[in-house]
Amino acid sequence: MEKYTTLSSVQQDIKDSKLHLRQLVEAYLQRIEENKHLNAFVEVFAEEARSQAEIVNSRLLDGTAGKLAGMVIGIKDLICYQNHIVSAGSKILDNYRSVFSSTVVERLLAEDAVIIGRQNCDEFAMGGSNENSFHGPVKNNADNSRVPGGSSGGSAVAVQAGLCMASLGTDTGGSVRQPAAFCGVVGLKPTYGRVSRHGVIAYASSFDQVGPITNSVEDAALLLEVIAGHDEYDSTSSTLPVPAYTQQLDFSGKKRIAYLPETLTSEGLDPEVKALTEKTIKELQEAGHAVEPISFPYLDFVVPTYYILTMAEASSNLARYDGVHYGYRSPNATDLESTYKKSRSEGFGAEVKRRILLGSFVLSAGHYDAFYGKAQRVRRVIREKTDEILQDHDFILLPTTPGPAFGIGEKTDDPVTMYLADIFTVQASLAGIPAISLPLGETKTNLPLGIQLIGKRFGESELLAFSKYILNVTKSR
Amino acid sequence: MNLDNETIVRIAHLARLEVNESEKESLLKDMNNILHFMEKLNELDTTDVEPLIYLTDEINVLREDVVKQEITAEAALLNAPLHDGTYFKVSKVIDKG
Repeated sequence: MEKYTTLSSVQQDIKDSKLHLRQLVEAYLQRIEENKHLNAFVEVFAEEARSQAEIVNSRLLDGTAGKLAGMVIGIKDLICYQNHIVSAGSKILDNYRSVFSSTVVERLLAEDAVIIGRQNCDEFAMGGSNENSFHGPVKNNADNSRVPGGSSGGSAVAVQAGLCMASLGTDTGGSVRQPAAFCGVVGLKPTYGRVSRHGVIAYASSFDQVGPITNSVEDAALLLEVIAGHDEYDSTSSTLPVPAYTQQLDFSGKKRIAYLPETLTSEGLDPEVKALTEKTIKELQEAGHAVEPISFPYLDFVVPTYYILTMAEASSNLARYDGVHYGYRSPNATDLESTYKKSRSEGFGAEVKRRILLGSFVLSAGHYDAFYGKAQRVRRVIREKTDEILQDHDFILLPTTPGPAFGIGEKTDDPVTMYLADIFTVQASLAGIPAISLPLGETKTNLPLGIQLIGKRFGESELLAFSKYILNVTKSR
Repeated sequence: MNLDNETIVRIAHLARLEVNESEKESLLKDMNNILHFMEKLNELDTTDVEPLIYLTDEINVLREDVVKQEITAEAALLNAPLHDGTYFKVSKVIDKG
């Protein structure tokens, strides 16, 4: 079966009776089975997907189908779906069956998406390599000895390897964009507040956003259109109306784009990533856009700021896993305190424990101002500078990652080296603004590379339209 | 600054985690590396900068206070490691000795 890269082509083929949605679901199920070694899916909802496909196919034929009819999608194992297990890649939630659905899942189902399974991720979304999962590491389909990125690693590989048409991941500091770059697919992090976080297992609540991972900008626009919008269950979700992103994808005119020279001289930047960034800048300039260097003097501050704040928020968010109400309870506990301590110590993995400990430390008496308060101040400095650049420019262009996908096990010994791999993605997360990773190139050894565009707050329409345009401009290479 | 064994034990207790002897050394090393990395922020003067706390422009988000029963007690206990049908059960808290 041909690989469908946009939903509209699936819908057309079904309407023309060239395809039955059940066939497409069977093809994906078969591919999932054939690619089990990638470890992208933690669980496949095969029977449900089959019966949903029958229902949606008839709706498509009689003209009553929703916007996502024909979409076969996977969800990160962090997104609650009623009566389905959601484990957050953790032993502590391994058997946890959600009693309600997240708002994003409800919105997918209301538009007739077929949810094919839940996808492997770093434990509680903490990681950039998908090596921190209780369900084992995920392999990059471009090179099985390499990581897919993380934390939405399974979600990105599933799209890369054609195991489903699209995925919903979550992005706290790059967890949608970085794996999308490593896997050669499109990954969008919306503006903070654009998408409801209700029913999405929390890591760092002032950062977390759900975002689509797709083969095309069109599908990313469509998914965002469906999942975005105010939700009474998330008071941080924006009341701004949701534009019809899919109707606003035509781009014309000239844009003003900033690139940050600091990103191109950054230590550890792979020469091929640098070359791709420079080439993209040049191509846009040749197409008549103003692409100019604008200094961002805080690049070396973004990663430490990000980790102080997210570890602090994580230590608070993960206090709920106590072995009492749900999740793993240690059989070795003898009293209430040891129920908490042993359940948490046996239930959480090493990286999660490290972040809880450091988060507790930066929030503790005597250190709060020096670390947590300081990071909140630096966050404002970073956000103001970023907003200032975006006042005079439509977008900021920078690499998504310093290098291509690294080897499994290569960075696990040194957390700081691992954290520095987030250097280009956390700026948009700290500022709470939208950013997208686009598959614009490959290394000489055929590893995917991504280029990132950061847009204005709630400027997803412009960002998506220009993303579609940029993919066309660079296609002619 | 440097974390020492005593601080790790204190913080672990605050976070209701246990740190066993075998992992203490490598944990201490990693945590100190990360803290040194975080101390980078001291290079930036933020004297007149207010902390950024809220990332949304929404203010006073209110909704009607309506009584709803969205999940049943049975569903709430579905994932409990131990319960008696009405309550979550834990080990005895007060030991009469």
